[in-house]
Amino acid sequence: MKKIYVSALLLLSCNALFAQQNQPVEMADVMRSSGRIYVVIATITIIFVGLAIYLFSIDRRLKKIEKEK
Amino acid sequence: MPAQLSMRFIYQTWWKVLAVVVIFYTLIAGFLFDVPHLPILHETIRNTYFHVPMWIAMFTVFTISVVYSIKYLNTGDEKYDLIAVECVNTGTFFYVLGLITGMMWAKYTWGAFWSNDPKQNSAAIAFLLYCAYAVLRNSIDEEQKRAKISAIYNIFAFPIMVVLIMVLPRMTDSLHPGNGGNPAFGKLDMANSMRVVLYPAFIAWSLIAIWIASLRYRIRLIEYKKNEIN
Repeated sequence: MKKIYVSALLLLSCNALFAQQNQPVEMADVMRSSGRIYVVIATITIIFVGLAIYLFSIDRRLKKIEKEK
Repeated sequence: MPAQLSMRFIYQTWWKVLAVVVIFYTLIAGFLFDVPHLPILHETIRNTYFHVPMWIAMFTVFTISVVYSIKYLNTGDEKYDLIAVECVNTGTFFYVLGLITGMMWAKYTWGAFWSNDPKQNSAAIAFLLYCAYAVLRNSIDEEQKRAKISAIYNIFAFPIMVVLIMVLPRMTDSLHPGNGGNPAFGKLDMANSMRVVLYPAFIAWSLIAIWIASLRYRIRLIEYKKNEIN
């Protein structure tokens, strides 16, 4: 009987160990705070910067063509 | 003189950089700055920073288009006609963006993409008004006639569009924020914390619209000159 209790206790403590591992790991990471809204901001800023660079490149190509004339 | 000044303006770079930097700021500030906690709107109040500037940008290029339509009628310079039409094209693009973002928001606020709200319906009518402009232009082959008729049409379409979008929905019970007593950015009911993001966004998106319109105009100018030689 004692053996069963001990093994059950060990199993439970083992479980507790795993549970502790499943707890959120606190890191000094801005990108994961506030419901990860920063990730969304990063996404849209990347898209916008990409579009801006694209517009600038069209502008530059046009300037070249205009100079040829 | 003012014409030459504005023409030099579209080839400059500083205001394009300014527009990009300011929009970059509004993208970050628009999500992170504190906003008033209002019923119905909740976090979608942040849509104000992105949906409304589309319409302001549209108004800006449509206004420029009317100015150049008038200038065309005064001088008969073909270049002014090209500016007017490219401003309308760019404005229509921002019009579509404004409509789609509005419908998207309406789906999760009013329950349907389209609920025949006065604001939605008059926006749709005004959109058809500008579609008709494109149809009218493409249906006339003779260049000067086309420029003249579309310039006159454009001058008349603009005030009708303003009345349809800005005035009529406010006189009825539209559900749209800012109409019929719903909260929006009126003088009294908008928090000052929102102004620091919203107004820069208005200016910056207007500049982006002008930029795109100017690029389209420059392409069209090259095409126009090419056709002239042949």
